[in-house]
This record gives sequence, structure tokens and C-alpha cells, in this order.
Amino acid sequence: MLIDQLFNGLSVGSILLLIAIGLAITFGLMGVINMAHGELMMVGAYTTYVIQQIFAHHAPQSAGMYFVIAIPSSFLIAALLGWGLEKSLIRHLYHRPLDSLLATWGISLILQQTARLIFGAPNVAVVPPSWLDGGIHLFGAVFPYKRLFILCLVLVIVFFLYMYLTKTRAGRRIQAVTMNRPMAACLGIATPKVDAYSFAIGSGLAGVAGCALTLLGPIGPTIGTYYIVDAFMVVILGGVGKLAGTMVGAFGIGLISTFVEYSTSATIAKVIVFVLIIAFLQWKPSGLLRLRTRSLD
Amino acid sequence: MKPTFMWKLWLLLCVSVFALGGCAASSAVDQAKNENQNDSSSAGKEGDVVKVGILHSLSGTMAISEVSLRDAELMAIEEINASGGLLGKKIEPIVEDGASDWPTFAEKAKKLLQKDQVAAIFGGWTSASRKAMLPVVEQNNGLLWYPVQYEGMESSPNIFYTGATTNQQIVPAVSWLLKNRGKTFFLLGSDYVFPRTANKIIKAQLKAEGGQVVGEEYTPLGHTDYSTIISKIKQVKPAVVFNTLNGDSNVAFFKQLKDAGITPKDVTVMSVSIAEEEIRGIGPDVLAGHLAVWNYFQTTDTPENKAFVQKYKEKYGQDRVTDDPIEAAYTAVHLWAEAVKKAGSFDVDQVKKAAAGLEYKAPEGTVKIDGETQHLWKTVRIGEIQADGQFKELWNSGQPVKPDPYLKSYPWGKGLSE
Repeated sequence: MLIDQLFNGLSVGSILLLIAIGLAITFGLMGVINMAHGELMMVGAYTTYVIQQIFAHHAPQSAGMYFVIAIPSSFLIAALLGWGLEKSLIRHLYHRPLDSLLATWGISLILQQTARLIFGAPNVAVVPPSWLDGGIHLFGAVFPYKRLFILCLVLVIVFFLYMYLTKTRAGRRIQAVTMNRPMAACLGIATPKVDAYSFAIGSGLAGVAGCALTLLGPIGPTIGTYYIVDAFMVVILGGVGKLAGTMVGAFGIGLISTFVEYSTSATIAKVIVFVLIIAFLQWKPSGLLRLRTRSLD
Repeated sequence: MKPTFMWKLWLLLCVSVFALGGCAASSAVDQAKNENQNDSSSAGKEGDVVKVGILHSLSGTMAISEVSLRDAELMAIEEINASGGLLGKKIEPIVEDGASDWPTFAEKAKKLLQKDQVAAIFGGWTSASRKAMLPVVEQNNGLLWYPVQYEGMESSPNIFYTGATTNQQIVPAVSWLLKNRGKTFFLLGSDYVFPRTANKIIKAQLKAEGGQVVGEEYTPLGHTDYSTIISKIKQVKPAVVFNTLNGDSNVAFFKQLKDAGITPKDVTVMSVSIAEEEIRGIGPDVLAGHLAVWNYFQTTDTPENKAFVQKYKEKYGQDRVTDDPIEAAYTAVHLWAEAVKKAGSFDVDQVKKAAAGLEYKAPEGTVKIDGETQHLWKTVRIGEIQADGQFKELWNSGQPVKPDPYLKSYPWGKGLSE
């Protein structure tokens, strides 16, 4: 039972990390309170649904492979949408967090209603690929392939994101802008361009999260609202501006909430986790890991 | 310069939010309105129509279920108008959006009764929306037809309940499970009034009939991770999981249950909120073999149902399905029309008097309005979900069951209604 719960905790943690990682960029690095993050996940989920439908109609013999195409497509479509949003709206709202909160919330409503108009109000079903059915039986516990897949996917994403941010020129420009925007601009970095790319990447990662979560959860116009609070919780706990903090925060919350839920109930677990987070933030207001910069706030 | 630009941007944003946000709802309303205009123009002057209200959530979380009920009700109204209307008048539906928000339901019900002076309202899905409308229809002496199965313990003189109460759904299902599947029950539900009340009833019944509760869990609405609860189910190995989860949580629960390697052979899940419409959104592959209890399935074999299903699909598309609440909504409109005909008047008190004891051949079979409680006599059916998303009926009650919302006829039911 302990192994079961340990695995469940890691799995819940990996899901939290998946939904939070895009937000860690748009909110964490860029400081945009993006209430439409959940709806970008919804876009990813619906992209997966559309691709599955296309495969089912045109290539039924290789229908199981749709998922391989769906992940990059979800990323691209959500990223494109995010890029468009940044260009048209969000770039006018930097340094005005309350305005960006309201504006992105409005966008989230627009996206929800658009999904309802295109796909109808009821949920749609995505049939998970058959090669992810079942699981590994080990030590009397079952490790479902889908949860293992999501765990691996998250680790791969984190690895690539880390490499991108620290080893590539484009990634280091993002970091430079995050740490000290005026200085970065003085040194010749085109900060508006960097902002647009960062926002697109964050949105794209939300799309991937939406795609992967079709394996475990519902696909409907309002699914974004189920995940948005958890996503913010993880980023704030982890420490704004720190990817490593987001990671520790996600797995921490995942493990604690699963074990608390096992000995109490789902509702109580949610309450206790929130209380713990609030208490922790009283003690360390900037989260688990703090971003150290030389800019004056 | 800059502020003026920002103002323009804000204006644009606000306009687009309102325009798009209200779009789906208003387009549905417009559609209905256009249809009415055609109807009323063919019927002639203003005095030749009778208005009824249709009040469901056309936007927000509950739109997922309630949009189909509006469709069924509009279809029933169309049928009555096509066969000459009611007492020489055409019915004009006024469609309002409850927006999944309970105060909105109360406000719109008030508007329908006071401003539009509707003869009846067909509407609601969640118990919260019904409870919000209840004082409004009672104060204005209106008439509400509520078409969804619910937790019982209520009978307002101004509401007709065309869905099942507990003794027409949950209670017979528990008895059937005890006889056919086993004694140990795991109760799983969303954390709000319906599952908590339902489980209180189930626990009292199990205690009286020799069953045992081995677990009871509630999750917040919209909960999406069931790994821990599935671990608990695996540990206690119940014969039955009695599922009162609502909405999207069902998708997550059933997908994750299958992944954990639990098949319907190991544990039977009996659901009370999963009908044909929900099966489409969850995916029949993960549900096949599990059970649900209702009063109507799309596969129910009556001549009325064949005609109903065919008509519904012709009107709204071959990919659409019918289910229990859709059928109950459709039946509600026809029952009201029958009562009006019998009363020879649209007056609420006379319609209510005429409705008592009224029988109607609904798609689910013959139903009868119980005058005392204003609920329906309904046949109970237990079905197994098939791979094509339809139900195979395993058992039915043989005849319509008398509604007993306060469970007064059960010895163990005493004390539950407090």
C-alpha cells in the first residue's frame, strides 16, 4: 500500500508539474497573471480530439499513433494562440498585474464559449491509444502506463526546458530579461521579441499538458477551470521565477495531498494542503526557492 | 497618447468579451425566438398564443447536460403546435439561460412569471437550481415542471417532478444489488447535497436489509484525480461501488479505474448520474460492463419510444442520443398539455387539479401523475452499458412504482426526512 501511495503521490505531482510548468514561464518568469492558462490547456485537449478524429476517419489502421502527432500539434497550436495573445493584448499590460488578470480572465471566457460553439457543450471523448492500456504489476501494486507516460513526459519537458533556458542563446536571453529587464534592453536584447517567444513557449507547454491530461481526465469547454487554481498554487509555492522551485513544489504538494487524502478524505486533503501552503508562505513569503537578482524592485 | 490608446483597447476587449460570452446563449434564444415569431404569425394575433418558459443553463458548467433538455422541450412544443395547439392557441416558448448560476435561475423564473406571465415553466437540472426557483414559483403561484431525478424529501404544491425520486431509482437499485452482486458497498459521491442525501438513504437501507458500508468518500465538484480513492477501493474490495459523482469527475474516475486494472468483473459500479449523453463524453470503452439505474433508456422497447428517438434524431442530428432526463423533459411538456386540455383552462390551480391522476403513454411506458406528491409513477430499469454506448436492460420493476419522496412506506425511512 505504501508503494501504491508513493507512486500515486509522484503521479499527482507530475500532473501538477505538467499543468504548472507553462505557467511557471508566463507567470513565474514574465509576471503575467494569466487566467487563460487553463483554457490554453483546453485548446491542447481539443487539438488532441481533432487529431484523433482525423486519424479515425483517414487512417484507421494506424489510429493508435495519433497521440504521437497530437503532442507536438497541441504545443504548436497553443503556442501560436499564446503568441497572438501576447502580440495583440498582453504586451500592453506588462507591469499592470491587475489589468492583465482581468483581461486574461475575459480571454478565458471567450475561449470557453468559442469551444462550446465549435464542439458543443457536452464533453467529447478521446480514446487513449491502446499501447498505453494496462500497467506494470510489481510488488503487488499496479503502475498504469498512462501515469508512467505522463511522469516521463514531464521529466523530458523539464530537462529540455532547463537545457533551453541555460544552454541556448535564446533561453539565456529569456533569463536575462527576467532578471533585469532594463539592463538586458541596454545590452541590445530585443525585449518585446523575447516576451513574445517566452509567452508562446509557456502557452505551448499548457497545450501539451492539455493533450496529456486527455489520458486521465475529461475533455470539455470548462476543463481549464479545474486546473488553474492548482497551477497557480504550485508556481507560488515554488517561488516565482524559479523552475526548480516549481518542480519541488509540485512533487511536494502531490505527495502530501495523496498521503493526507489516504488517511482522511479528498475534501479534507485539499483543505489541509491549502492551510500548509498558506502557513509556509507566511514563513517564507517568496516561496521555496527565491530568485536572486540585482535589480531594484 | 498612450492612455487614449489603452482606453480603446479596453473598450475593444470589453465589447468582445460581452459579445462572445453571450453569443452561444443568445444564439439559442434567438433561434427559439425566430421559431416563435413564425409560429405566432401563422397563428395570428397576440391573443392567440399562450406563453411558456423554458429555463435551463445554456452556458456555464451545466450547459453540458441542460442544452439537450431545452431541445426536447422545444420539440414537444412543436409537436403540440403542429397538431393544432392547445385550446385553440399556439404555444410560444420563451427560452431563458440560467447560466449554471442559482441566483440567475431565481431571477429568470421571476421574470418569466411576472413580466411574461407564462402559463408554466419547464426547467432546472441541479437541485440547487430547483431550490432557487421554488420560493419564486410558490410566491407567484406559478407552475414549474422539473425533469431530473433528484434526492427526494420535497413536494412543493407548485412543482411537478417528472424525474425519479429516490424510491424509483436508488432504493430499488440497492435492493437489486444486494440480491445479485453482494453485500459490501463502497459509497462514492461528489461533495454536495444530492450524494450526501442519497448516501444517507442508502446507509439506512443497507442497515435494514443486511448490507454493509465498507467505505464512504466525497470529492469536491470538478475533482480530477482518483488514484488515492481507487487505492482505497482496491484495499477494501467491495462488491459494489455506488457512484453518485456528478459531471466531469465521472470521466476521470472511470478512466483511472480502468487503468488501475479494475474491471466490472472485480467490482460493479452502479451509477445514478450516467446516461447515454454522458457515456458519449466519457467514452463507452471505459464504461462497458458497468451499471446504471434509470426509468428510461434509449433502447427501451415501446412504440412511443421508437417514434420519439426517430423524431429527435431527425430534428437534431443522427449522432445525438436520447436519455432519461431528455425523455422526462419531453414528457413534462406533454403532461402539462394533457392537463390543460382536461382542465379546459391555463389557470394554474385548475391545471393542477386536472393533473392529479392523469395518465400518459410516454416513451418510457405509461406514467401517471400522483396527485398528492405531484411526482410521477414510473417504471424502474437497471441497465448494463454496452460497447456501443447504449444500455442493455437487466431488470425492470414490471409496473410503474408509486412515488414516495419522503420514503414513508419504508420502515427504515423514518427519521430521514428531518
